Amino acid sequence: MADGGDEPEEAAELPEKEKLEIAKWFLTNAPAGEIHYVAKDIRSVLGDDKIYEMAATEAFPVYNKAHLIVLELPDRSGDVIITTYGELDEHNYFDPRTAQVATVDHVKQVCTNLRPATDEELPSPYIEEFRCALDAELCKYVGEAYPKGTCAVYCTRGKDVEGPGADFEFAVVISAARHSPQNFCNGSWRSIWKLEFKDELQVVEINGKMQVGAHYFEEGNVQLDANNECKDSTIMQSPEDCAVSVTSMIGHHESEYMASLEASYLNLPDTTFKDLRRKLPVTRTLFPWNNTLQFSLTRDISKELGIGK
Amino acid sequence: MEAAMDLMRRISPNQSETALSALLSLLPHHSADLLSQVDQPLQVCMDTESMKEFILCEYNRDADSYRSPWSNKYHPPLEDGPLPSDELRKLEIEANEIFAVYRDQYYEGGVSSVYMWEDDNQGLVACFLIKKDGSKKGHGRRGHLQEGSWDAIHVIEVGPVEEGNAHYCLTSTVMLSLTTEHKPLGTFNLSGSIRRQMSLDLSVAEGHLCNMGKMIEEMEGKLRNSLDQVYFGKTREMVCTLRPPPEGIQLRLPES
Repeated sequence: MADGGDEPEEAAELPEKEKLEIAKWFLTNAPAGEIHYVAKDIRSVLGDDKIYEMAATEAFPVYNKAHLIVLELPDRSGDVIITTYGELDEHNYFDPRTAQVATVDHVKQVCTNLRPATDEELPSPYIEEFRCALDAELCKYVGEAYPKGTCAVYCTRGKDVEGPGADFEFAVVISAARHSPQNFCNGSWRSIWKLEFKDELQVVEINGKMQVGAHYFEEGNVQLDANNECKDSTIMQSPEDCAVSVTSMIGHHESEYMASLEASYLNLPDTTFKDLRRKLPVTRTLFPWNNTLQFSLTRDISKELGIGK
Repeated sequence: MEAAMDLMRRISPNQSETALSALLSLLPHHSADLLSQVDQPLQVCMDTESMKEFILCEYNRDADSYRSPWSNKYHPPLEDGPLPSDELRKLEIEANEIFAVYRDQYYEGGVSSVYMWEDDNQGLVACFLIKKDGSKKGHGRRGHLQEGSWDAIHVIEVGPVEEGNAHYCLTSTVMLSLTTEHKPLGTFNLSGSIRRQMSLDLSVAEGHLCNMGKMIEEMEGKLRNSLDQVYFGKTREMVCTLRPPPEGIQLRLPES
C-alpha cells in the first residue's frame, strides 16, 4: 500500500458493523474500574455517537457481569452484584440478601428502580435456610478478609426443593475492587465458588475460580492477570454447620492462593525474570564495551565518521 | 489521537497488537503517527543467505521488504532498497557483532539486530533491537516461564562530533510479558510496556559504539529494575490492598 498517501476514497469508511465490533472490543477489554475512561476515548476515536451508543449498550452489560460490578441499592439497604447468577433479564438483577430486584442502567452503572422479589423469584424456605446461614458466615469472612469486599450467595439450581431428597446448587460470588486513578493504579479480586449439594452422598462439592487483576499506568502500562481454580468437598450437615465448614474452606483456599501470589512476586527478580534477562552477565561485571582488541577497528571508523563529516 | 494513545495505555500490553490494528482501521489518516508512537512486539525473519535471524522494524523496511544486517540484502529482494554507506556499513557490522555478544551475556539466547543510517544533520541514527523468547519452549534456560517475551527497542541519535565530543540521545522501549503456570497457582501473567529517554554528551575517544553500548546497558538495567520493583511492585501492592495477606505471612521485600 502506498506510504501514507491521501486516498480518501480507498481509506473510505470502515463498514459500520466493523466499527461497532471494534468499539465493543475496547469496552469489554477495559481494565477494572476504567471502562468510563475507555468509553470516552473510544467515543472520540469513533467520531460517531450513534455507533458508540450501540456499542455501549451491548458492551457495558458484558463488562459489568465479567467484573462483578457492585452497585448500591437505591434505598441504601445494601448492594447488588451484577452477575449472571442473579440476572433475571438484561436489566434486572436479584439481590438475595434483601430479597429485592434492582433495575439497572448498565452504561451509567446505577440502579434506577427497586422492588421486592416475588415469591416465584425466591427460593423455598428449605433452600433459604442453607442460603441464609451461608450468607451470614460469608459476610463475616469477607468483612474480615477484604477491606472493601462484597459477597452474595445465589441458588442456581433447585431453588424450589422443599426438603431433603434432592440435589441443589449455589453460587457464591465475592467481588472486591480498588480504584485509585489519581495514583494511576486500579485492581480487582473476583472469586466465584460453585457449590453442589449432593443429597444422596450427603456431600457438598466445591469448585472455586479466583481472578485477580491490577493495572499500573504512570508513565507506562503494566498489568497483572492471575487466576486459579480449585476443588474441594465437605460433608453435608445442618445449614449452620455447612455454612461454617464451606466458608472456612473458601477462606482457606483463598488465603493459600494469596500466599502463592506473594511467592510468585518474591521469585520474580531473581528467578522468573532471569529467564528473560539477567541482572548482570555471569561474569558479574558490566559488559566490556571498550575491550581494546575487539574494538580498535570500531574506534577508528567511528572517529573517521565523526570527523569526516 | 490523544484518545487513541490513552486507549493504548489502558488495554493490556498482551493485546496491544489487536488494539493497534483496530485503531489503524478506525483512524487510517493517523496511521503514520500511530505506527511511530505505538511500539509493537518485534517480528523476526530468517536471512536465508546468512542463515541467521534478524529483526523487522520500520528502520530496516522499504516497501514490504526488510534489510538483513547480516547479509545487507533485502528480503524479499528489492531492486533499489536504500543501503547505508560503505563506511557506515562497517560500523553497522561491528555493532551487530558486538551487540550479539552483549545479548548473549545478558539474555542467554534471543535475537538482536542493529541498523544505522546517516541523518540530515551530519550525525547518525542507530537502532539496537533485541527479541527474547524466555518461555520453556524458547530460550528460557530455567524453565520457569510458560510464556515469556522481552522486546527492546533502542534508538540513538548521535549528533555531529564537535571538539572531540558528541551528543547522544537515546529513546528506549521495553515490552515484556511473562506467564507462569503452576498447579496450585493457575496462571500468573505480568505484562508491561515502558519507554524512557536519556541524553548525554560524551567524548568520542573510545568510539561511538562504546558510548552507545554503555548507554544502552545502563538504560536496560534501569528499565529492568524499574519494571521489577516499581511497576510490578505496584501491582503487588494493589493485590495486598485488595486482600491483605493472612496473619503470620510477612510481606518480605525481595533483596534489591
